[in-house]
Amino acid sequence: MSASHPHRLPSTIARDDESQLVTAAKSGDAAAFEELVNRYERKIFRLTMNITRNHEDAEDAMQDAFMKAYAHLANFQGDSRFYTWLVRIAANEALMRLRKRRPNQFSLDEPVEGDEDLMPRELQDWGPSPEQRYAQAEMRDILDQAIDQLEPEYRVPFVLRDMEELSTEETAAAMGISVAAVKSRLLRARLKLRQKLHRYFRNEEPN
Amino acid sequence: MNCKSVVREISNYLDGDLDAATKHELERHFDHCEDCKMVVDQTKLTVDIFCDSKPVELPKEVRARLHEVLRRKMREPKS
Repeated sequence: MSASHPHRLPSTIARDDESQLVTAAKSGDAAAFEELVNRYERKIFRLTMNITRNHEDAEDAMQDAFMKAYAHLANFQGDSRFYTWLVRIAANEALMRLRKRRPNQFSLDEPVEGDEDLMPRELQDWGPSPEQRYAQAEMRDILDQAIDQLEPEYRVPFVLRDMEELSTEETAAAMGISVAAVKSRLLRARLKLRQKLHRYFRNEEPN
Repeated sequence: MNCKSVVREISNYLDGDLDAATKHELERHFDHCEDCKMVVDQTKLTVDIFCDSKPVELPKEVRARLHEVLRRKMREPKS
């Protein structure tokens, strides 16, 4: 991967020591900050892309997230992982853009939806290791399509809570909704995604 | 506990957010309800697959623009 990073600056700090990199970046070591960016840029782009589902917004949100992280590095206390702190900033940037494009999607605490649509419709065995039936690129397309089809009110909590591993409380704070609403939407998101993957993973072999 | 109540608790079950009694009740249900057991297992696998998915490649030009704006920012005196 290093060959595709022509702009990487030399840093004397070992790659595996994030806290040293953060300390160095805080004291003005630009190379250390750039190393942190190199480390997380792909994951942050995945996050902003998954929230906004719009290439231009995802790029802007990622740029602004790293710019803000740099500008506010002094505020990072080190009581959480640097990456978690970065995810919170990037999530806010991405959500801001999503709200701008879809202003009606995020009314505060929407009433909890009825659960008549919760019951899974298609039930069939997936067979052993269904994920191994697809090559990596194919699998990426499948997941990409599935998440793309999920409405933002379900997609966002799934991305933040399950993919980026924010806590339920952090997800609620980022989205400006209650913890109960996050839990309810997360359940729906997971069941909906299961349903979407079902058409690829169900066992086609006759019994 | 019927299937509908079980499905409603699947997320809490997977996240370990249930009290011991409810967890036990769910597991007893799974012992005799293949459908619910299938749903919980497939839902867990769904979450795991997304968690393990590799981030997409960051397009070269997107990456170049990111580093360009950052370097410009880093050259500015910090306020």
